[in-house]
Amino acid sequence: MSANNEIDYGTPASSSANQVTLEIDGHKVTVNAGSSVMRAAAEAGISIPKLCATDSLDPFGSCRMCLVQIEGARGYPASCTTPVAEGMKVCTQNDKLASIRRGIAELYISDHPLDCLTCAANGDCELQDTVGQVGLREVRYGFEGENHLDSEKDTSNPYFSFDPAKCIVCSRCVRACEEVQGTFALTIDGRGFDSKVSPGQNQPFMESECVSCGACVQACPTATLMEKAVIDNGVPEHSTITTCAYCGVGCSFKAEMKGEQLVRMVPDKNGQANHGHSCVKGRFAFGYATHKDRITTPMVREKISDPWREVSWEEAIGFAANKLKGIQAKYGKDSIGGITSSRCTNEETYLVQKLIRAGFGNNNVDTCARVCHSPTGYGLKSTFGESSGTQTFDSVMQSDVIMVIGANPTDGHPVFGSMMKRRLRQGAKLIVVDPRSIDLVSNSPHVKADYHLKLRPGTNVAVVTALAHVIVTEGLADEKFALERCDVESFGKWKTFVALPEHSPEAVAELTGVPAETMRAAARLYATGGNGAIYYGLGVTEHSQGSTTVIGIANLAMATGNIGRDGVGVNPLRGQNNVQGSCDMGSFPHEFVGYRHVSDSQTRMQFESAWGVTLSSEPGLRIPNMFGAAIDGSFKGLYVQGEDIAQSDPDITHVHHALRELECLVVQDIFLNETAKFAHVFLPGSSFLEKNGTFTNAERRISPVRKVMTPLGGKEDWEVTQDLSNALGYPMNYSHPSEIMDEIAALTPQFAGVSYEKIDEMGSIQWPCNDETPDGTPIMHADHFVRGKGRFMLTEYVATEERTSSKYPLILTTGRILSQYNVGAQTRRTENVAWHEEDRLELHPHDAEVLGISDGDWCGVKSRSGETVLRALITDRMQPGVVYTTFHFPHSGANVITTDNSDWATNCPEYKVTAVHVAKVAQPSAWQQEYQDFSDNQLSLLENRIAVNE
Amino acid sequence: MTRVFISRDSTALSLGAEQVAKAVEQQANSKGLSAEIVRNGSRGLFWLEPLIEVETSQGRVAYGPVQVEDVASLLDAGMLDGKQHPLFLGNIEEIAYFKNQNRLTFARVGLTDPVNIDDYLAHDGYRGLKNALALQQTEIVKQVTDSGLRGRGGAAFPTGIKWNTVLNAPADQKYIVCNADEGDSGTFSDRMIMEGDPFVLIEGMTIAGLAVGATQGYIYLRVEYPHAKIALNQAIEAAYKNGYLGENIQNSGKTFHLEVRSGAGAYICGEETSLLESLEGKRGLVRFKPPLPAIVGLFGKPTIVNNVISLASIPVILDKGGEYYKNYGMGRSRGTLPLQLAGNIKHPGLFEVAFGMTLRELLYDYGGGSASGRPIRAVQVGGPLGAYLHEGQFDTPLDYEAFAAISAVLGHGGIVVHDDTVNMADMARYAMEFCVEESCGKCTPCRIGSTRGVEVIDRIVEGVQKDKNTVLLRDLCDTMTYGSLCAMGGMTPFPVLSALNHFPEDFGLQSAKA
Repeated sequence: MSANNEIDYGTPASSSANQVTLEIDGHKVTVNAGSSVMRAAAEAGISIPKLCATDSLDPFGSCRMCLVQIEGARGYPASCTTPVAEGMKVCTQNDKLASIRRGIAELYISDHPLDCLTCAANGDCELQDTVGQVGLREVRYGFEGENHLDSEKDTSNPYFSFDPAKCIVCSRCVRACEEVQGTFALTIDGRGFDSKVSPGQNQPFMESECVSCGACVQACPTATLMEKAVIDNGVPEHSTITTCAYCGVGCSFKAEMKGEQLVRMVPDKNGQANHGHSCVKGRFAFGYATHKDRITTPMVREKISDPWREVSWEEAIGFAANKLKGIQAKYGKDSIGGITSSRCTNEETYLVQKLIRAGFGNNNVDTCARVCHSPTGYGLKSTFGESSGTQTFDSVMQSDVIMVIGANPTDGHPVFGSMMKRRLRQGAKLIVVDPRSIDLVSNSPHVKADYHLKLRPGTNVAVVTALAHVIVTEGLADEKFALERCDVESFGKWKTFVALPEHSPEAVAELTGVPAETMRAAARLYATGGNGAIYYGLGVTEHSQGSTTVIGIANLAMATGNIGRDGVGVNPLRGQNNVQGSCDMGSFPHEFVGYRHVSDSQTRMQFESAWGVTLSSEPGLRIPNMFGAAIDGSFKGLYVQGEDIAQSDPDITHVHHALRELECLVVQDIFLNETAKFAHVFLPGSSFLEKNGTFTNAERRISPVRKVMTPLGGKEDWEVTQDLSNALGYPMNYSHPSEIMDEIAALTPQFAGVSYEKIDEMGSIQWPCNDETPDGTPIMHADHFVRGKGRFMLTEYVATEERTSSKYPLILTTGRILSQYNVGAQTRRTENVAWHEEDRLELHPHDAEVLGISDGDWCGVKSRSGETVLRALITDRMQPGVVYTTFHFPHSGANVITTDNSDWATNCPEYKVTAVHVAKVAQPSAWQQEYQDFSDNQLSLLENRIAVNE
Repeated sequence: MTRVFISRDSTALSLGAEQVAKAVEQQANSKGLSAEIVRNGSRGLFWLEPLIEVETSQGRVAYGPVQVEDVASLLDAGMLDGKQHPLFLGNIEEIAYFKNQNRLTFARVGLTDPVNIDDYLAHDGYRGLKNALALQQTEIVKQVTDSGLRGRGGAAFPTGIKWNTVLNAPADQKYIVCNADEGDSGTFSDRMIMEGDPFVLIEGMTIAGLAVGATQGYIYLRVEYPHAKIALNQAIEAAYKNGYLGENIQNSGKTFHLEVRSGAGAYICGEETSLLESLEGKRGLVRFKPPLPAIVGLFGKPTIVNNVISLASIPVILDKGGEYYKNYGMGRSRGTLPLQLAGNIKHPGLFEVAFGMTLRELLYDYGGGSASGRPIRAVQVGGPLGAYLHEGQFDTPLDYEAFAAISAVLGHGGIVVHDDTVNMADMARYAMEFCVEESCGKCTPCRIGSTRGVEVIDRIVEGVQKDKNTVLLRDLCDTMTYGSLCAMGGMTPFPVLSALNHFPEDFGLQSAKA
């Protein structure tokens, strides 16, 4: 439920193009064919009482409240399950209907607690509303009969409670869990009067398969499934639509408030990315935003061994500006740089890179996409001409064959994962290319991969090229598409290349670990199974040949004609809320906003004229180069906004070394994150609830972020950047982020038509949005590729230098899980730790046996870079020889082990392949012990900070 | 070798037929007599079971009811030669109870070896299929439509119209589903035919498959019918072996596969949509209609869901023509209905007769009145959801419309008789209780209403605010009748209200009739 009373049409909209006219209560109503009578009535403003119907779920017809009379039809059909027909005459109100409805309401209330006034849903309860609507005045059955009023409440889930005493058994929760989320964790147990909602097999919610997405809570018409926050605080009083700050799905939410207190986040059913669905993070894990660890006063210190000193904003900004200017004076203009945030808004990111290019006077700007999707930018730009995914999320509902490569949507992009599962349950075929048996392979109800290419980490290119080999040599390519739409010469060369015998599945079967016949079958299915769509993630990009695999994927799509329409395409699943946006906004050292190279003088002149400065034509330092230069002594100052490079970047010992070398590290964040422990200036950041702006999700959708509370530190992040810029002598004078967006639009062809007015009007916009496509572009490359002709590129497999050996016999690969988010700075500060309170080392039972490791044992994991200790989790999701961990907790030190190998084109780190040695140990690694000491020390320096007014 | 028929029917078995058969075999052997024991279906004269029929030169001669201790004397008396004995019954087909039936659907039941396909063929089996194979699909459906056959499961929907809907629904796959989840109290005709002549059902389903273009059939069989399952599977195996099921049936190029699926042990799974859910492996939850199963049925495909008797009546219709079948019956109720006499009745059993006989004739002329010898006070026709009829209604002809006119149903033809010791308030309460027990729990009127119904009846009987609670009971019945999703909740008021209306004194009420 949602406090904000919007119309619930009862049943989903019909997509039929045909219209039907009928008469309801004497009014002529024209609706899409296939609509229910209930929906037709609602569209005409006629409200029919209902309880089991809601427009996010298929009709069910169980509550019988919505019965109507239809001329010529027998009895009293339920309006939710009765489709409209031309000329139908419907009566929704008469004495007989009123008496049946009252009779039903009387039955409901005879088994319902009469505690409305003290109920958490008071004023926000559909049962209450409906019973009122039908005018029930007396329950003649009394309350002595059989009932469920003594049922035990289940409070096991940290975010919501389940009170079966209030349940009306409408099955909305069960249906939501099935239809919307696709987890099938809920069922109705028993039958008749004994029917009751049961998580799992009569288990508490937390012990069931429930993933806490909130769909059931959302669907519940009573207080049976209720947010604990509402039970504690009461029903919210106002709400604002905003965009989730977790993953790249970019779900639209209503932030439901009491004054400036956020009571709950409710997924927005008009949200164009999520259509009213959510996951455990976006729906519930927002407590971090007001966590006691938030730092709300600026702090400075000379050395990182000094205690922090709280200062005024002016002093902190002045301190930082002086330091940075001093460094530049001493070491040269290029001795400082900055890192933009994929968590912050487009406007903030734009401003940071503008500060660096125009204020610092160099191009030393980079962003976390360096370590995640930079190969996507490179690969897709080189082949298609644009550094972005090609589709909308909704496109998947038209796909016939879905290929998921190196991505784990049900954990990493859960709301999109649910949509994908819905399509798979409808019968679309699934190919999974992943070293692990992710849930989609066979652990999601009614979903099973047709082919799982369980490859050895690091052999993506060989597999993708082998798929191409099959498509070309078996004559499965869409020659017509390729010849018409793509560069013919490159297509020819590519065909010759992939057809070489050394690229055949048989030739690479041993190398990749994938049986040749499986690769052949998967290739045939993708090429001939109808609309083929590829979804990929960091399992593709975070490799020494990340860019090559992206190119290989683009080649596959072009060769099979799977580009430019609904249901097909190449779709990178973006990790962070605004990683697409931070890339778009010119965060890379070589590109201005809109992916235009800094050496392009025409573009540069445009920016020089707009910004009133001279700009460097030389690409600046990438993040790894910044670290290198810091250690070399040529790079001394860094401004980091909303990034935690000290935890998230690979070969962390090296990173920490670099950070210690800096003379001035300015960190702007909501918490004293790991990076801030090395900082000299701490500028309090604002959470996504405390500022205005926009995020751009994985489908290029620019969605609004709206301020619902005053920034705890007093300033929105863009204001801080602006202050720093002014202090550095480069004037900025924006009064609202909309002005920043106007500047972006004026300077960027893809964004020319974007404005806050337009976003408010449309809800969200998918770029490119300009004169040609004023309402944005859901599907790219529809008539022609952005670069003109699609370009095929050759994808020679080059094995990574990171090899297993007798000393390092296992391959470690990394990833994340549903309940935690990246470095965990947010989710670790929520109740989500109930699901995942530590990073574990997953390994196959066979390896565990050989190593003598039991589940839960401490394992020393040692690579050429370093060593850490994690507890073992033995699971056959892994393949023998491959181990896995997540990186959500800093002391886990997952990135102590990862190496400095990186993608040849973009320096994206090779997180996914590290040769390791694993052994049972008794204590944390030396690194962990050292780090714990350092961290404890830093926290005590924070604890003992000198207060601002001393 | 003399053929001796001893039934394998569950009723006969429950009365000792298995032991009798063994005794006959052993004792005949030890006496050096030559007898081949055939385990046939039951003739349906249950008070004579276990029945032994002997094939003699004078035709079949029956003895019954036989207990193990009678076997020696029967053999000694020359039973194998059809000689006299106190249990001698003569030709069973000459007994009035049998002779006055119209055995169209049950023609072979009790006569043949149920799982012997040669026996089936020798008794006019597969003549309907042979005819059907020579007809166009529309012509087969037309025969069924012309026959006037209506669904024998209870809803009495015209079978031909249902078939035509499925025929005209375009789909890559269609299904024939036989509803063999016979759960009505006092009914056993489905079981008897599946145990006694499974081929006739298989033939009927095969014809249905040909008619609408369905290549797969399922028999959703009540799990409490283990003997029927054995017989059906034996017959299906024989049909496959002899080219009557599978690919290229009788070299026609036509395909029909058939499988028996065990039911989930719930009454509600006899409701067709709930049955489909169960057959798909889900909880037996009622689906809303439309869409009709004929359009969106099993696994979302067009599906004929027909009762056993409906499908078992198809072969005779295709053999002798729709007109032949239609010539039996009255009004819009054509053909025959296999009635099942049970409860407090002297001659319980199966009675297949053309529509039109009155209830009174059946109860007294054939049923022989109550078993207790006391006056018959109430009769429930049509299963647990059927109305109770009082003596004044016994002259109602057995006809769908005539029953509807008195707010009663014929249903599946089950008739349960009560003498004057019955307490009708108990029966009304039992009807609500049955609904409590068997409701799928999906719709509110049935899920909560039935429980409240029991409570309200209890209060009336206890004398608590009688008038107010009687009004409430009537209102509840109204809510259930008009509000329920399916007939389970929708028809539970039939027995309740008929008991209340006809027998108010049992509720401690004055006549509730105006």
